[in-house]
Amino acid sequence: MINMGWYNKDVVNILDFSREDIELLFSKADEMRAQLKDKSVKKTLSNKIIGIAFFEPSTRTRMSFETAAKRLGADTVGFTGEEGTSVAKGETFADTIKMIDSYVDAIVLRHKFEGAALFASGIAQNPVINGGDGKSHHPTQAMLDLYTTKTLFGEIDGLTFALIGDLKYSRTVSSLIYGLSMFKPKEIILISPQQLKLREEIKLFAVDHGLKIREEENIEAISEADIIYVTRIQKERFPDLQEYEKVKGSYKINKKILETHAKKTAKVLHPLPRVDELSPDVDNTNYQAYFLQASLGVPLRMALLSLVLGGD
Amino acid sequence: MDTRKDEKLLVSKIENGTVIDHINSGRALVVLKILNIKGNEGYRIAIVMNVPSTTMGKKDIVKLEDYYPNSEDLEKISLISPNATINIIKDYEVIKKYKVEIPNKIKGTLKCNNPTCITRKSNEPITSSFTLLSKDKIKLQCDYCGSILTEDDVIKELIGESQ
Repeated sequence: MINMGWYNKDVVNILDFSREDIELLFSKADEMRAQLKDKSVKKTLSNKIIGIAFFEPSTRTRMSFETAAKRLGADTVGFTGEEGTSVAKGETFADTIKMIDSYVDAIVLRHKFEGAALFASGIAQNPVINGGDGKSHHPTQAMLDLYTTKTLFGEIDGLTFALIGDLKYSRTVSSLIYGLSMFKPKEIILISPQQLKLREEIKLFAVDHGLKIREEENIEAISEADIIYVTRIQKERFPDLQEYEKVKGSYKINKKILETHAKKTAKVLHPLPRVDELSPDVDNTNYQAYFLQASLGVPLRMALLSLVLGGD
Repeated sequence: MDTRKDEKLLVSKIENGTVIDHINSGRALVVLKILNIKGNEGYRIAIVMNVPSTTMGKKDIVKLEDYYPNSEDLEKISLISPNATINIIKDYEVIKKYKVEIPNKIKGTLKCNNPTCITRKSNEPITSSFTLLSKDKIKLQCDYCGSILTEDDVIKELIGESQ
């Protein structure tokens, strides 16, 4: 049955959806997960072609979208990086989107400019799904982070989240905060070096939406967290590389820190890729949940494509 | 004895044109910059700055003979002086008087201050768009990238320099 909250809609910002829409997505993702396990996935999108237009590099987002599409019987076309496309010849972004839109049934887009997905959604007739635009939004990652949390804890309300690292430039952090505003987390603890604190506009948003936030600089502040969400310092978003050099390697989560400070039941998430902020010695502990998080990207994105493209 | 109370600043009336009153004190020159008036166009202009105002404490006034700002100019003036009033003068009489109004959406007038906002990408057919968050102390938010523009940013954007 077609759901009007999702059908044919652009997915630019997680705030374009309600808690009810997000919960529907989660139950649909549970169904997809069960179908994947039983190898009983129905090819409900077999007549669809999805355009993957990634102007910036990606591994997980692009591959999980492609896998999700193919599991449902859809085909994919696309590119990663501007090299080898007409953008390299000077074609405008608007023209590129107009052209792709005329070929496919939906566009999954990633771009380094903030607002690119919103702009594209105004140009394309078909749905535009934001796979990350600059430091602004990464709605499907936030949906995945919330879905992973729900899978791990059975609920999102009442949990304490510690968001660690590059809170200034991370689009996964801003989208996660927007997403959490639909739920009732107990508290969000923001742990970062001074130079990488959450941007003012997101802080204002959080306060305006009744989220309890607390800013900390010391890693010990993870002690009350149920979810410890670690992010990479994103070298590519720093306007000044000297600034990057100053904060590079300024925090690191490892097994010892977790065993000393974290709750026994806490889980570590990371949108990945990681560089040096999350030690591999966490991989084989009970805290580690980032590989589960990455794997859930497929059923979650299957559910999303199915809802947007009416694949029932 | 303080005689200042009795002192009046003598500025003659204009026959036809516009009087922009209740400009935030010290902003009259910014208004002229917004109107792109340099002084050599030949308009008779009177600028009164930092005079007492019952509602604003101090205010500026600009009188422009034979000059009528367009709606885009008025939108810009509203961003730096939200209380400004526009008086259209004909034969020494005020024939129309209204307050400038800050629109809730400001499209095309201002540039986003974030260099990686999609509205700053060259050659794209895109118009900047901001939502008004606060009127008293001007605060605008870019609809595309979410960046916040403060009053200082707006002035810098409109006249190309800080005040």
